[in-house]
This record gives sequence, C-alpha cells and structure tokens, in this order.
Amino acid sequence: MGKTLFEKVWDDHIVAETDGATLLYIDRQLVHEVTSPQAFEGLRMGGRPVRRPDATLAVPDHNVPTTDRSRGIQDPVSALQIQTLEENARTFHVPIFSMNDIRQGIVHVIAPEQGFTLPGMTIVCGDSHTSTHGAFGTLAFGIGTSEVEHVLATQTLLQRKPKTFLIRISGDFPAGTTAKDLVLALIGRIGTDGGTGYVLEFAGPAIRKLTMEGRMTVCNMAIEAGARAGMIAPDEVTFEYLRNRPMAPKGALWEKAVKAWESLSSDPDAQYDRTLDFDLSSLAPQVTWGTNPGMVLPVTGQVPDPSGAPDEVTRTNIKNALEYMGIAPGTPLENLKVDRVFIGSCTNGRIEDLRQAASIIRGRKVSSHVSAMVVPGSGLVRAQAEKEGLDRVFIEAGFEWREPGCSMCLGMNPDQLAPGERCASTSNRNFEGRQGKGGRTHLVSPSMAAAAAIAGCFVDIRSWS
Amino acid sequence: MEPFQTLDAVAAPIDRANIDTDAIIPKQFLKTIKRTGLGVSLFYDWRYLADGKTPNPDFVLNQDRYKNARILVARQNFGSGSSREHAPWALLDYGIRSILAPSFADIFYNNCFKNGILPVRLPEDQIDRLFREIPKQSGYRITVDLPSQTVTLPDQTRWSFDIDPFRKKCLLEGLDDIGLTLALKDRISEYENRRKVEAPWLFSHHGA
Ligand code: SF4
Repeated sequence: MGKTLFEKVWDDHIVAETDGATLLYIDRQLVHEVTSPQAFEGLRMGGRPVRRPDATLAVPDHNVPTTDRSRGIQDPVSALQIQTLEENARTFHVPIFSMNDIRQGIVHVIAPEQGFTLPGMTIVCGDSHTSTHGAFGTLAFGIGTSEVEHVLATQTLLQRKPKTFLIRISGDFPAGTTAKDLVLALIGRIGTDGGTGYVLEFAGPAIRKLTMEGRMTVCNMAIEAGARAGMIAPDEVTFEYLRNRPMAPKGALWEKAVKAWESLSSDPDAQYDRTLDFDLSSLAPQVTWGTNPGMVLPVTGQVPDPSGAPDEVTRTNIKNALEYMGIAPGTPLENLKVDRVFIGSCTNGRIEDLRQAASIIRGRKVSSHVSAMVVPGSGLVRAQAEKEGLDRVFIEAGFEWREPGCSMCLGMNPDQLAPGERCASTSNRNFEGRQGKGGRTHLVSPSMAAAAAIAGCFVDIRSWS
Repeated sequence: MEPFQTLDAVAAPIDRANIDTDAIIPKQFLKTIKRTGLGVSLFYDWRYLADGKTPNPDFVLNQDRYKNARILVARQNFGSGSSREHAPWALLDYGIRSILAPSFADIFYNNCFKNGILPVRLPEDQIDRLFREIPKQSGYRITVDLPSQTVTLPDQTRWSFDIDPFRKKCLLEGLDDIGLTLALKDRISEYENRRKVEAPWLFSHHGA
C-alpha cells in the first residue's frame, strides 16, 4: 500500500518506538521569548546543553514594540523576557535574530523567508501556529514548554502517531476571495475540533494554484480546526520559493535535496482515515461573527439567532458569543461598524497580503471613525514593501505603518483593543480578550480588512469598485 | 513532577464549550520567566470584575462551595488555542489536578501530563449528568483514580476512562521524560549519522 505525505515524513524521522509512542527526530526548532525561558531554565538546572544549536533559531516577536524601537522596550516585564531570550541564546550558542536585526519578525514568517524551513523536515516551536510550515511539505507542529526543553536537550520528541485527514480542494477562487476565506470557510464546515487528532493534508487543483504565501495562510489555520499540523506536498512552486534563500542548500546539495523532495507527495493508493471534498466555486468572502474561528459566515450573511439553535449547548454558545461581541441576533454582518483595523500576523503579514490590501486602498482614505494599522510580518517584508512604495500607500490613506512583530494579533505589547472596540483583523484568533480585554475581533482576509478600514464597516469586496 | 495516584476532591463545573487557553490564562501573564505564581491569574477575565482585583461573584470558582475545588468539569474541546504551557501551570498553581470533559485540544492535553494534571475524557451524557448534579449538592466530591482508571461519584456510581499506557506510567511515577530519552542517546546519534549521509542538507545550512 502506498504512503501519504505525512507517513513518508513520519517514517523518515523514527528514532525508536517505545510503549506505543514514537521517538521522533526533530530537524528544526524555532524559539521565541514567551514559551522558552522555563525550558532554558530547566536545561540549566539539569546541567544539560542544547544538543544542536545549529538546528535551532531564536527570535523575539510576541512582546516587541512596533513603534520607535530606538527607545527600547518601555514595559520592564517584556524587556526582561526579551533580555532573557538574548542571554539564553548567548549561553547556549543558539543563533538569534535580535530586535534590531532586519531579519527579525514573526517566527513563522522568518523561518520560511530564510529557507530555514525546508520540505520533508520535522519542525517544532513552542507555538501553536507552527502548523504554518506544513505548507512546505514539512511535519510542523506546536508544543508546550516542557517539550521545548525536551527537544533542546535531545533533538527528539515522544509522539503518538496522529490520524490522517485528506482535504481535497477543487474549483477556482471566485473574484474577491483568498486563501484566508478558504480556510475560514473550511473551519466553519468542520468545526474548531473537526481536525482534533488528525494531521490535515490539503491537496487538489486549487491548492496547486496557490502561491507559497497562500499555502502558508491555509496551513497556519489548521490549528484553528483543532489539527496540530496541516501539510501540502511540495512542488515547483515550493522549490522556486526556496531557491537561493539564505539558509537553503546551494549547488549540488540543492539538486540532491530537490530530488528527494520530489518524492514527497502522497502515493495514488495511499489511504487516509478521513477525507473531505471542498469545492471553491461558491466561496464568498468570510467574516467571523463570534468568539472562535468556526463562528464564521459569508459577508452577506446575518449572525445567527440562538433561539433557532438545534440544542442547548449550541444555544448557549451562540448566546454567549453574541453577548460578548455586542451584536443582536440576526444582524447582517454588513451593518457592523468597525473601530479598528489590524493587518498583520503570521496568517496574513507577508508581502502578498500587504500588496492585496494596498491595492484596495490606493487613492482612498481610512474612514474618520476608524484607526487602522499595518504590521509587516518581518523586517524583510517591511523593507520589500517600502521598496515597492506600499508604505506610502498605507500612510497616505491614514494607516499607521509599524515595525514587525506579533503586535495586536495577541496584544502582549501595547498594541491592544480597548474594551468594546470592534476590529477587522487579518489574524487567526477571535477568542474573548485575544486582542485586548473586552475587544471584539472579526477575522477577515487582507482585502476585506482594507475595505472595512475605508468604508468604516464590513463590505462585500466583490461589489467594491 | 508530582506523581498522580488518586484524587478525591470537590469538583467545580464551568459550563462552557471550547474554553481556550487565552481564557485560562490571558496573555499579559505570559511575560513571566517562571512556572509558578500563575494561580491568582487563572481565568482572570472571568474571575475578576473590571478593576482586575474584585472577585466576580458570578464566577464559579469565586463561590464559597467551590473554594477548594481541585477538579474542573467542562464541555467539549477544553484547552483549545495557543500552545502556552502557562495554562496547565496556572491550573496547577491554583490547585487543579484533574479536568473532566468530553474532549480536549491536543496540545493542551499533552501539556497536562507534563505537569502532573490528569485530563479525563468522559462521554457527553456523563458530563451532562455532572452538570446537573454538582450545583444541587454542596460539597460534591469526585474520586479520580488513575491506577484503576475510574471516576467515582458521591452515590458510588463508577465510570471508567481510557488513557494511553505510557502516559499513565509517567504520571503514576512522576517520571522525567528527558532523562528517559537521554538513555537512548546512542540511538539518536546512530540516526543522525545515517541522516547525514541520506539528507546532508539537514545538517549544513548557511547564514545565521
Ligand atoms: S502573529 Fe499571532 S498567531 Fe502568529 S505567532 Fe504571533 S501571536 Fe502567534
């Protein structure tokens, strides 16, 4: 019987089998300031070194300020966490892109950008959106801090083999829709725990037509469907993206690597535990209305009425969500006014996302009651955007143009929503309080966020002229 | 890690589905560089009023009868969202050692075992029954017994639950998995030597 992409990568990384668990070799570990201090502390206490500093890359991203960095970090607690990362990197000889390095940025943006992420690898990070790297045909997943320490010390991880779930996507993206709309609609369909226990493989003609950045957006949100990992088989698009990246192999080694990567796609007779066909032809721009990413509807929809819910648990969920979001049952999404717009994050903070947003706002102005910001995913994305003049487009429209980092995706730095503020956000989580206590997040694509900034409310990008 | 054998304790019901890790411990508390001290901030946004200090009297854990709860009962997909181990650290620091729910998010579920917390999956109808009974009876205690893999209610109703044997062993003995894995270090080196030949680009990268 043939193997799936996942099985090929898994089998290549088995070091040993013990008591129903597999000791899996980890090719790369990414480290950021929030989930690593206790792991390094553990190593220190156990007198253990980092087994492969060369397979590890550290970057501060969650806490960094996105305005004037020359003034340093104002919040002493954030400053200490970042300083701790710097010290740990130095002590344990782990390479680091410090805050003022142009390569600094969100961990899931910088690793692919550098070619640190390569097909066929196993990649982990103390961060659930590690699933992003699956776009390259890697098995990439988030882990907790104890596991971060385990990988630092041993370069391996004990894992139970997950099940496989093939999602075959056909059709063409209708005008005005993007990879973000696809993945939101998919989560709406299978639910936020529909992928629990599975590794998702996204395949089919529509995925083949996506750019690497679109594929990363899709895999990024696999975790929001409950799956720890999403994967896409590598192809020419992948190889073209990686060729000549600073940390990608070069010359004869590159040729050898590509040859190996070409064999990574699932065999035609491979078996999956579950499959789903998803057709794009009726896809519309999506907007979340509630407090998890599965609470999502086409922009032309109306939020549900709890009284129409099929059971008590669903009724309570809808009621709680609408109460928190400050929306009356049955309200059309297009009637919702926004106060803030956030364009950025590891879901949609790459150059194509910024181009998309810029193309919508060019020559227009941000609505007078909206405050809007763009936070590029990395210093290199920011530099590229500036080279293309996108920063001018944003600034002239009234957006703030910020330094790279996680920023208002989770609001660990000062970029936060105030209680009751409604935000159109290109990030990936709309949980209660995610972007600031009492803040109300609606997840959308970059073009939908840009249009909301101009119009001051959600608009159907398909009727935008 | 503290081993887990048998826990007999008051159970507190939080009647919500998809309780995410942002709710369990909001981001402002992730800036710590320690594992301890997070208990006071557990469920912060629900537990305190707008001033961030006054306990919200409506929140379950603030009610006198649940003050000493060491078991939580919740709805499906508990612990979804971020990988932050701060979530189990906060639960543990508060005193919670076991959570009963129909399902858990994968990363959270894993993280519990690293910290001596036992997450127990029970069918929806059993969880429903707990949500009906607990509020009616003050001091409702549940016994969670790991060796026999059972949950016992005050009227002696006993349910069994599943758990992977390796996780069970580690939790019963409070084992440090890094130590266990390092015992296999020759196997890891052998693997690396083989891969250096098969896939040398994994071992030599430029830059950084
Ligand atoms: S951008 Fe948001 S989701 Fe991505 S790593 Fe940062 S905080 Fe996490």
